[in-house]
Amino acid sequence: MTDQAQAAIVAEGLTKSFPGVRAVDHSSFDVRSGEIFGLVGPDGAGKTTTLRMLAGIMPPDEGTASVGGFDVVHDPEGAKHHLSYMPQRFGLYEDLTVDENIRFYGDLFGVRKTDREERSAQLLQAAGMREFRKRLAGKLSGGMKQKLGLVCALTHRPKVILLDEPTTGVDPVSRRDFWRILYELASEGVAILTSTAYLDEAERCHRVALLHQGKLLFCDTPANLKAKLGKGVLSVTSSDPRGSRDQLEHAAGISSLVLTGDGLHVVVDDAGRRIPEFEARLKDAHIPFDAIQQVTPTIEDLFIDAVSSGSGASLHA
Amino acid sequence: MPEDNNSVVIENLVKQFGDFVAVDHISLDIRKGEVFGFLGPNGAGKSTTIRMLCGLLTPTSGRARVAGYDVGREPESVRQNIGYMSQKFSLYNDLKVIENIRLFAGLYSVPSNQLQARIEWALEMANLKGQENLITGTLPGGWKQRLALGCAVLHKPPVIFLDEPTSGVDPISRRQFWDLIQHMAEEGVTVFVTTHYMEEAEYCNRLALIFRGKIVALGTPSELKRDSMKGELLLIECEPLGNAVEVLQSAPDVIDAAVFGNALHLVVRDAAAAIPQVKKYLSDHSITVGHIEKIRPSLEDVFVSLTTERDSGKERKA
Repeated sequence: MTDQAQAAIVAEGLTKSFPGVRAVDHSSFDVRSGEIFGLVGPDGAGKTTTLRMLAGIMPPDEGTASVGGFDVVHDPEGAKHHLSYMPQRFGLYEDLTVDENIRFYGDLFGVRKTDREERSAQLLQAAGMREFRKRLAGKLSGGMKQKLGLVCALTHRPKVILLDEPTTGVDPVSRRDFWRILYELASEGVAILTSTAYLDEAERCHRVALLHQGKLLFCDTPANLKAKLGKGVLSVTSSDPRGSRDQLEHAAGISSLVLTGDGLHVVVDDAGRRIPEFEARLKDAHIPFDAIQQVTPTIEDLFIDAVSSGSGASLHA
Repeated sequence: MPEDNNSVVIENLVKQFGDFVAVDHISLDIRKGEVFGFLGPNGAGKSTTIRMLCGLLTPTSGRARVAGYDVGREPESVRQNIGYMSQKFSLYNDLKVIENIRLFAGLYSVPSNQLQARIEWALEMANLKGQENLITGTLPGGWKQRLALGCAVLHKPPVIFLDEPTSGVDPISRRQFWDLIQHMAEEGVTVFVTTHYMEEAEYCNRLALIFRGKIVALGTPSELKRDSMKGELLLIECEPLGNAVEVLQSAPDVIDAAVFGNALHLVVRDAAAAIPQVKKYLSDHSITVGHIEKIRPSLEDVFVSLTTERDSGKERKA
């Protein structure tokens, strides 16, 4: 097993432009063995371009990157021996069965037959797919296809895996299976770089980089990111969310207020001070409400706070 | 029975494909102006239900009225009185903004004397005035999604169906989009949302969770978080994490244990009673517990809890 502290992926100043847009703008981060690192951001933030550069299939305009110690620009073939890249649309053969797809990828990666059987049995077990070995890949649900893609990408025991939005469109139950596999791989020392547009999925990663318009906003553990917000987040539960909003939206101390299905999600300067103030306002206006509670900030709170205080203006353009 | 034109009323709706019961006697009553979320894992019967509600599939038995029309007997009228938007599939990317709007106006038979006013309205709502001639495929995600919504409601439908409308869109655009939706709902439009995205589910006034063809939970997001979990949720920070999951899977009174980032999420029957037991159990197995606390379940925790207990990762439908 490799040294836990060793960086399996190192990106330094990675930059890539396409006509009219800088897709990735001087991005630097590293991913250690045994770590699940999330590239988190909306569509167009630069996630896919970053992964393609690391996979050695798209040269960067500037900057360097190495995977497993191999420079992805100068020695992409060396790097490719150690990594597995699963693009958003993984190339499964829909008219082959689950087993046949795995065997096919095993052959492509030059996996020995004895290794392959043991490995694929173990991976299919973890994916909860043992009963589906004879099913055609085309007959699997979206979540199952994604899990099969991952199984195929893992047959040659790569040290580094790059996953591009593996859980998009996948229901929460399959998503959880998927993450269980990732945690197992991480515990075996594999370095995992995964992208997601679901900000709540960031919380499952050991560390995340928040991306916005090609720029890396923050890079840290989810817990440290939340501590960075430095503001209080309140959850107002009310049977009249619209009435609550009308009463509170112009109250002092609010930096963001969102109407949710059964209440409000409010970011304030000082939770201890604002809770009694808001409660008094709602009571005076006879708006029914259950409670105003301080809750843990979400990664979305941080993202919105960062882009609206900094480069947020360009978001609307 | 008096029925509001803007509502969705579902009574004992059933759809069978051969021996397979895709939708099994579901009943729901969705109020005018409500934002209603319909959740469920792949293959649970969600799409089949939506297709029936949109007048695209005839129910086997039971009935549903959408915007005052029976989906089995009057599917044409249903289709004319609903709007449908899916962020992924609605728009033609190689057409200009204005061409997409005109196309949808034609498809929805917007009367010619209202056409200009509706086009203006859609451009205004989508904040795309002056951008009429841009190619749709070149628009940023947030714009495209507002345009798709504008196109879906050109004919002023009283009921709109949204399928993962804001998946992948940046959070600020998403909030703007939901502001538009909430505004329409305030004006009396009934909004039916299907999603896998718990961040979207939070915007719904009420949620129904469908599993194996049946509704297994119904309520406001807070009600579901408070009442629908089978047990209570603990967050545990401990070392080493990997061993802890294995050990806890077989611990007494632990319903479920899963890794979540740098910590574990544990579902137990009674949090207060479980905390000292779990601490002792882990230290007996040489695992150091750093921090342990009861946390509020997310909608995703509720979803997973309700759809896995009777099922162990199996799918019943391809």
